[in-house]
Amino acid sequence: MPDSNPFSPSPYELNKESRATLAEWTTFSISVALLIPVALILTMIAIKAAPAISWPYLTGDVSRSGAAGGIWGPLMGTFYLTMLCLVIVAPIGVLAGIYINEYAPDNKFTRSIMVAVTSLAGVPSIVHALFGLGAFVATMGMPKGLLTAAMTLSVMTLPVIITSTREALSGVPKNFREACWNLGASRWQTIRTIVLPNSFGGILTGVILVIARAAGETAPIMFMGAVMWLRIAPSGPERLMPYGLNDEFMALSNHLNLISKDIPGMPEEMKFGSALVLLTLILFINGIASLVRLHLRRRKRW
Amino acid sequence: MSQTPSRSWRAILSTATDKIEKPIELLIKACGLSSIVLVAAIFFFVFWYAAPLLPKIDWFGHDGFFTSTNWHAKEREGATYGVLAMIVGNFAVAAVAMIIAIPLGLAAAVYISEFAGPRAKEWFKVSIEILAAIPSIVWGFIAITMIGPLLIKYAGATMGANLLNGGIVLGLMSVPLIVSLAEDSLRAVPDSFREAAMALGANRWEIVYRVLFPAARSGLMAACMLGVGRAIGETMAVLLATGNKNQIPTSFTDPITTLTATIASEMGDAEAGSPHSQSLFTIGLLLLVITCAINLTANLFIRGNKRKSAA
Repeated sequence: MPDSNPFSPSPYELNKESRATLAEWTTFSISVALLIPVALILTMIAIKAAPAISWPYLTGDVSRSGAAGGIWGPLMGTFYLTMLCLVIVAPIGVLAGIYINEYAPDNKFTRSIMVAVTSLAGVPSIVHALFGLGAFVATMGMPKGLLTAAMTLSVMTLPVIITSTREALSGVPKNFREACWNLGASRWQTIRTIVLPNSFGGILTGVILVIARAAGETAPIMFMGAVMWLRIAPSGPERLMPYGLNDEFMALSNHLNLISKDIPGMPEEMKFGSALVLLTLILFINGIASLVRLHLRRRKRW
Repeated sequence: MSQTPSRSWRAILSTATDKIEKPIELLIKACGLSSIVLVAAIFFFVFWYAAPLLPKIDWFGHDGFFTSTNWHAKEREGATYGVLAMIVGNFAVAAVAMIIAIPLGLAAAVYISEFAGPRAKEWFKVSIEILAAIPSIVWGFIAITMIGPLLIKYAGATMGANLLNGGIVLGLMSVPLIVSLAEDSLRAVPDSFREAAMALGANRWEIVYRVLFPAARSGLMAACMLGVGRAIGETMAVLLATGNKNQIPTSFTDPITTLTATIASEMGDAEAGSPHSQSLFTIGLLLLVITCAINLTANLFIRGNKRKSAA
């Protein structure tokens, strides 16, 4: 019985449609397949680390090169390192973002600034380490330690903060600024009273992401005073502030780097423990950034 | 009447910051220049601490920098600086990574940007962000503790740390970058293109490969190139995952070394100002030139794309 319905799809159209469905399912399964191994890996790390994670593990001193656990020193090191990095890079990066988005004229020079930002973002992290050694230690004569390591990390994270600030600022509609200028406000007054308050969340997201980035980096700090072991005061205020600005320090990322190499008698769960703590820390910070962004999108008034 | 007497601290603060408007603008301009100054400074300092060795290096001879694999930089006498194996290793591991990352990354980008519903889109984006947030040292750790044993068991590798392991890890690390850049450039294609194609009877897949791929070609190329740049510059994951052996690989399961891993593993022992340290700065200079060239080319692609879509 021949199909006489003139609107029924031709074999060509059916073929076309089935190819589209095939494409959709292929790309979908590839996207899922990408995430499955990662989910497996993260679960494996969590399972293998579970025996090590305990309160004494988190708050104890590093003992027997990490084989007997204890990551208090590295935790504190990572905390102060990222905070110091943030103090240096946040103002410079945010102001640079303001310059590029609010002040810079649209000309060749501004475009070359943008090229510099993307080039800086593309510099390998180990080259940042060389730059830190050359510029801060060898040329300026600063000691290898917390401050020089934080400065090196700041150079590395600067493009992140510039880009996110710029994006946040350019999200503020142009007519907000024009309305403000029409009321007689100067450029800086407009930025301070209109642009910054309306883009605050976006800037904050960038700053939080910088924390996560700085906490995870190893290459730039491994020659800048990050060490395997330091004695840390057992109690008192020095336990909470174990390092001076020019002191060598321990950091979680470098700790993981050192103990994942073959140290005889290193129990598996100690390695997995510090990997889990580092991962949790970074994913937690990233989660905060996502929440800030989500909150903003809900609250957006234009 | 009622407002005049008590001015809040907020008002006082704002008049104060308005009074120093000129200095603030100067400060903003100075910070705006920071990125240019830093890029120049990075090139200068890396060059400066490599410079004393540069005239002494044999570049293309028997033990030449680009032509030999003899890396004996620690030797006080008769040191040779051949980095050929590291360059080959670096590009080999990046190539393996891209074979994995480019098809997967582009497919995921197409799904997220064209097929996924709003909820699925949100989920995938968050997952990709998690993938991007995993630090490189943790990837290296995953490579030696998890992927390595699998490769020994199933791929017949004698050592867990090898070219393939490095490639897999670098591939997974580059995927988020490629996905987000590729998705950006797909989304940048104007909706009118999609609508026009749909009006001509194209379905979703035909729109993707007949309209979006050609229209977003330069953006997609840039995404892939930036992925390559990222893979070449990666250090810690490669250092742990590739086995750190100075040889030209003949199979996927050979341990190799890269330019980045060599600097990372030897800089700790190199005495400041020694020829050894200078040779590592020379490698750094080479890396800087390679990654900058890749990034600038990718940038040209993106610029070309913008100009085309503006026209």
